[in-house]
Amino acid sequence: MIIAFIVVVAIIYIMQLFSLQVIKQDYKASADNNAFLYQTIHPARGTIYDRNGELLVFNQPAYDLMVVFKETQPFDTTEFCRILKIDPDYFKKRQQDIKNRGLNPGYSSYTPQVFLTQLGFEEYGLFQENSYKFPGFYTQRRTIREYKRPNAAHILGYIAEVDKKDIAEDDYYVRGDYIGKSGIENFHEKYLRGEKGIEILLRDSKGRIKGKYNNGDNDRESVPGKNLKLSIDIELQAYGEELMQNKLGSIIMIEPSTGEILCMVSSPTYDPAILVGREFGNGYISLANNPYKPLFNRALTGTYPPGSTFKTTQGLIFLEEGIIQPSTIYSCWGKSAKPNCHDAAGRTFTLVPAVATSCNAFFSKGLISMLENRKKYKSFQEAMNKWRDHMVGQGFGYKLGIDLPGESRGMIPNSEYYDKNYNSRWNAYTVISIAIGQGEVTATPLQIGNLAASIANRGFFYTPHVVKEIADTPLDTLYTEKRGTSIAPEHYIPIVEGMRAAVLGGTCRGANIPDVVVCGKTGTAQNKGKDHSIFMGFAPMEEPKVSIYVYVENGGFGATYAVPISRLMIQKYLKREIPAADKDLENRMKNAVILRNVP
Amino acid sequence: MFHRKINIWQKVDWITILIYMIMVISGWFSIYGASYDYDQSSIFDFSGRAGQQMVWIITALALAFIILLVEAEWYEIFANWIYILMILLLIVTIFVAPDIKGSRSWLVMGPVRLQPAEFTKFATALAIAKIMNGYKFQLFTFENFAKVLGLIFLPFLLILMQKETGSALVYLAFFILLYREGMTGSILMVGFSMVVYFVLSIKFNDIMWGGTSAGIFLPSFFAALLTVFTTNYYRKERKDTYYMNIAFSVIMTLTVIVLIFFLPPKGSFDLAWVNIISIVLIFGYLVFLSIKNRYKKYLLIGLFGLFSLGFIYSVDYVFDNILEPHHQVRIEVSLGMVDDPAGAGYNVNQSKIAIGSGGFAGKGFLQGTQTKLKYVPEQDTDFIFCTIGEEQGFLGSLGVTVLFVVLILRIIHLAERQKTTFSRVYGYAVASILFFHFAINIGMVIGITPVIGIPLPFFSYGGSSLWSFTILLFIFLRLDVSRAEKF
Repeated sequence: MIIAFIVVVAIIYIMQLFSLQVIKQDYKASADNNAFLYQTIHPARGTIYDRNGELLVFNQPAYDLMVVFKETQPFDTTEFCRILKIDPDYFKKRQQDIKNRGLNPGYSSYTPQVFLTQLGFEEYGLFQENSYKFPGFYTQRRTIREYKRPNAAHILGYIAEVDKKDIAEDDYYVRGDYIGKSGIENFHEKYLRGEKGIEILLRDSKGRIKGKYNNGDNDRESVPGKNLKLSIDIELQAYGEELMQNKLGSIIMIEPSTGEILCMVSSPTYDPAILVGREFGNGYISLANNPYKPLFNRALTGTYPPGSTFKTTQGLIFLEEGIIQPSTIYSCWGKSAKPNCHDAAGRTFTLVPAVATSCNAFFSKGLISMLENRKKYKSFQEAMNKWRDHMVGQGFGYKLGIDLPGESRGMIPNSEYYDKNYNSRWNAYTVISIAIGQGEVTATPLQIGNLAASIANRGFFYTPHVVKEIADTPLDTLYTEKRGTSIAPEHYIPIVEGMRAAVLGGTCRGANIPDVVVCGKTGTAQNKGKDHSIFMGFAPMEEPKVSIYVYVENGGFGATYAVPISRLMIQKYLKREIPAADKDLENRMKNAVILRNVP
Repeated sequence: MFHRKINIWQKVDWITILIYMIMVISGWFSIYGASYDYDQSSIFDFSGRAGQQMVWIITALALAFIILLVEAEWYEIFANWIYILMILLLIVTIFVAPDIKGSRSWLVMGPVRLQPAEFTKFATALAIAKIMNGYKFQLFTFENFAKVLGLIFLPFLLILMQKETGSALVYLAFFILLYREGMTGSILMVGFSMVVYFVLSIKFNDIMWGGTSAGIFLPSFFAALLTVFTTNYYRKERKDTYYMNIAFSVIMTLTVIVLIFFLPPKGSFDLAWVNIISIVLIFGYLVFLSIKNRYKKYLLIGLFGLFSLGFIYSVDYVFDNILEPHHQVRIEVSLGMVDDPAGAGYNVNQSKIAIGSGGFAGKGFLQGTQTKLKYVPEQDTDFIFCTIGEEQGFLGSLGVTVLFVVLILRIIHLAERQKTTFSRVYGYAVASILFFHFAINIGMVIGITPVIGIPLPFFSYGGSSLWSFTILLFIFLRLDVSRAEKF
């Protein structure tokens, strides 16, 4: 029985072998010593344009030098190295590395191996002329990224060869593929990369291509990546980067009616062309080692105390909760109390002048009234959490959801936070500094830029985003749907009036442009070193076209740097040029150097 | 019992050794052919696979020599200790082994990598032989059968935990041995029917014939037929099954006619229910018969029918939720359900092309292109048969197949002439394991069985595999010699 079984299995196998090897014709075709060669067809990566259709990022051909060791013949290595500008030691090392199966598991002397990546044009030309001297070496075309301007590096991001983690996470990638590592290149990788195609070729035992397998029926076309149109105005972006040179900080300008980001400067920045091609490694290391951290996108990732710009949110919350009316008066409590008063000791204010003069006392007292109001709220905790909900409603405390990687959420404390950190023994005076944007609260520049847009809109905003259009693809509804703040539109009226008054005669007179109705609010965020200079505003007052936020680290008072830079930026966007009267100011800002001492 | 001093070299079975040598040396040449490369011109080059295999072959021969010199009794005396030691090693391996291609089965000691799972095979064979050699051992007491199954499934589970599904499945080969030692064929039949249910359910899974789901109808139809036939086979009296047969034939014939000529449309009626209700009715009738006649077999057959239904209904769940995706794909490829030469079916497609391109007489030694250009994966380990098929053609692959059959039959022949149960059981274990490897490995390469990564004995590259099969075989040869020592 067992023996019969064994014999039957063997007979079945022999029949199958006979059918495969002797009878079947389709394997006979392969008996002409043919073999498959799977050739990947790399699609062109999508290109990127600015909001006015100016090309920013595109693809340039580059050439890799391939070698099939089986086909090489002895050649003049000195000449080879001279043409390719490599030294003979490196030549030997490359040869050993390629043949080392530990480093290069797929090695075969019959298949093309990458010898050098991304030859320069000069080397490529010289090599092509002399290629007859080096049988077995071929050049293979691929594309690399090329940038039209040295700007917007943080928004565009960069691409680099996939690492092990990328391959493990998505089996689309194989060694040597490129992937977006940061910025838009990373966020929209799936759209930009397209789909690889595959071509199945037949080759003989010498490796010569004999044509397509099955007339190309099993091939797969590659799908080119989709082009993107950014909402960024590249002129404005470049101008912002120029104004911010030799300073640390960021500028964010948003079109309030759409949430489109017009410019997003994070200074210091770098030329995206540094991270391209064979120089990628060196470029990356020098950027990573730079003490001012040019790779770090301050506008999204940095979190700072928002300073006095935060007072607008407080005014809105107090109005919405009925803690104050526009006519409510708080008197200043003088220099002895904390937080102290900057300039107007002893005076009394309603909301509009309080915003205009950035009165610490007004907002501190407002917050105390709110937290201690036991008629409206059962406990501190409840009042605190109500406060926090309104902050979240205005876009703080959580990621906004911008279409770039690396966004931080900032910090808006709730009552549990204080219960935990102060052992439940805290009161309105413990938290008082949050009313003026100090203490525990932090926000990203993007969140405050978005606050400016929501005030400009009187109570709503669109999730800020940098991609305006993706070819043939609608934008995610996250970027096209209105998001209301939790504050009723009418409460914005006195806040906007206050911001207008601040420009006309308050803390930010420097932003008063003759023919544009600018509204604004300065801030001076206290800091261990010199204070940070802050301005938040929008223009024009009615039907606003742009909202702006400028943050200059260690820039001192808001009026010192942030206000004049905003003045220039608003004019650049609305008028496309700077009036002659402001040219001096422009030069002063461009040439100012404020780099804090780096440890 | 007397001991007669005999000359091992006169009594040892040289025919087996000759086949062994032919296989090992052909394997060596095939590995050279598979990894032959411009850079490695010599078969003796130690940096090449062939050179390394030469080291494994020489050490394996030394090992064989030592095994033949050891007293035969020792294998029986130390059988349990060897088994325990190997089990411990398997357990240790799970924790210390690095992850190599998703499997945690390799012990790495400097430049040498060993796979303990390979060596557990002979240890398990020895342990089973020893337990069955016990005085008046009866396999079919519950306790004994459980012990034997325990010996088989302990390493099976441990190797599964190392994620070496292929190596674990090899342990199912011991059921061939158990069948020889008196295990009832119905266990094999149940196993076989489960395979049929599985294949039918998966293959016809989403296919609807009108309102009838083929993935349930076909296996349940088969289950009903099998239940009725088995009942007839084991029936006590003719009248017991007389009416059942008539009723069943009528119902089944009607079902098939309805299915073919009056296909009930979607949403109306699923004919699979006829099979299911039939099986339930047959079960009721068999319970009645078994009580009436005091005949336990009827009850068991009825239970088999019910179990079959349960199994058929759980196949989908097992397939979708318990098997890993790469197993699912391999099964689908071998059932011809997905045809994806660039993707999942790549290995099998490439190996079929390589073998097919060999033609009748082959391309000649070192002339293979498919294997040389590295189109066939694992071409010197699990897919070594491709190189033989491509370079030596049908004649070569026929030769290898015949060589394996002769070797296995020779071992069975030797096993049958043993005087002790220990030697006979061990001999059958060797034959069963070799047969399983042979059937699965060549089966997968020529596209008959699913791809299960196990080596072709004596041919595939690798020290663990060559050593373990050498130990397995030569212990048996040593036991065979001792036949002449005892009276």
